Amino acid sequence: MAIRRGRGVAAINYPTGMNLGGDPTQALVHSTPTGNFMVTLSSVDLGQGMKQIMAQICAETIGVPTDRVVVDTADTDTGPHCMGTFASRGTHRAGNAVIQAAKEARQVMLEVAAEELEVNASDLETDGQGNILVKGAPQKSISIFDVALSAHFKRGRSISGRGMFLIPRSYPEKETGAMKPSTCYAHACTVAEVEVDDETGEVTVLTVKNIFEIGRALNPKMVEQQLVGGSWMGISHALYETTEPYYPNRDHGGTDFNQYLMPGPGDLAQTEIIVLERPSADGPYGAKGPGEMCANPQIPAVANAVFDAVGVRIDTLPITPERILRALKAHAAN
Amino acid sequence: MAKVPVQFTLNGSEKAEFIDSGTTLLHALRDKIGDTSPKGGCHQGTCGACSVIIDGELRLSCLTLAETCNGAAISTTSGLSEGGVLHPLQRAFLDTFATQCGFCTPGMIMAAKMLLDHTPNPSRDEVVEALSGNICRCTGYEPIIQAVLTAARSNSQNAA
Repeated sequence: MAIRRGRGVAAINYPTGMNLGGDPTQALVHSTPTGNFMVTLSSVDLGQGMKQIMAQICAETIGVPTDRVVVDTADTDTGPHCMGTFASRGTHRAGNAVIQAAKEARQVMLEVAAEELEVNASDLETDGQGNILVKGAPQKSISIFDVALSAHFKRGRSISGRGMFLIPRSYPEKETGAMKPSTCYAHACTVAEVEVDDETGEVTVLTVKNIFEIGRALNPKMVEQQLVGGSWMGISHALYETTEPYYPNRDHGGTDFNQYLMPGPGDLAQTEIIVLERPSADGPYGAKGPGEMCANPQIPAVANAVFDAVGVRIDTLPITPERILRALKAHAAN
Repeated sequence: MAKVPVQFTLNGSEKAEFIDSGTTLLHALRDKIGDTSPKGGCHQGTCGACSVIIDGELRLSCLTLAETCNGAAISTTSGLSEGGVLHPLQRAFLDTFATQCGFCTPGMIMAAKMLLDHTPNPSRDEVVEALSGNICRCTGYEPIIQAVLTAARSNSQNAA
């Protein structure tokens, strides 16, 4: 009986979004009379930073500072349609929809500015600070504030845009079964080091080293924060969490936080995160989906590390002391 | 049933309410007085989201009867900033990205405040111990631990 150490590695290839009946998200953008921009979405921010990212995307596309954009995700009854915030799809799907809507709004904004400045809209550019300038003659300019006032009170134009991003459903080919389940994949690899007590079956994760390829990180600090949390969550899935420990038997399922185990602040593995940015072809400004993806590679890495440590393959999650001890017993009997 | 009067100090200002006997402090704070900074996560004392400081002690407001708080001094996260300037812990939580959905944050901050009030320069282990009654689902805890250590450092720099 001893504490045995093991190391495991796993790599994943993770689709951004899903492919059930098609995967759409809709976005609407409009300006207020004072030249702020509203993004209306039904894509809910669960804390992953959806609103911040959508504000950045809208601001970048229209050419205004981020703090001039307000994102409203108030109500899925009345808002534009979104399949939801899951499957690592929020940034990719909603972001593309926001770009489309913001481009249309920007075009109207430039047309109104062109009328005010008596130039062609195609000769105008934004400075990113809230002004519209004539290309090559920046002394001739108008603020977006004044453009919005003009649109609302003088010219009767709606500075607004509609966006819809759809990944259509892919049907398998009859002959080969080949299909295109996703257009965009993120990637990750994790190396986990564990100690397994072969007397008690307890697993301690010593270190997790993760590398994530997530397209372009639109907000690097928020990406990092999601990856750190996701890495912890992956370990939690691997070793702790279940509502049905004896599935399909429902007995002994956790009913509250007392009985639903997750690692606490005293159970943290030493965690390393490395981000690789390889901009995606169809993502908003090159982004992919880092969300759900980032909590996956730790699970097979920990399972492989347990195998390396004590020589048993646990193929049911979570990898509990009980499962390890049963497997060790069966292993010894053979 | 007759209502029961309660009177206490919340973040330095006098509060008085008539409540049903058996009302928890969490319910009284959120739904009677309108301080929604303590959160109701589990309502059974497991998650720490409702943590407040009562007469210098960290308490779970979901397990504390409001009528036992007569005459007490209660602090919540909503009372931490002064004149629009965030408390060093709030500043550190923001600066180190120690919050995602934010539901656990007020409880974490009160638990951390309790620690720093008594142990201005805590070790990492002391921070872990102080936060061990609070559950977070998003961050993986490490950013929160770092936020508390950062706040402690900024406090000691300001004191020096």
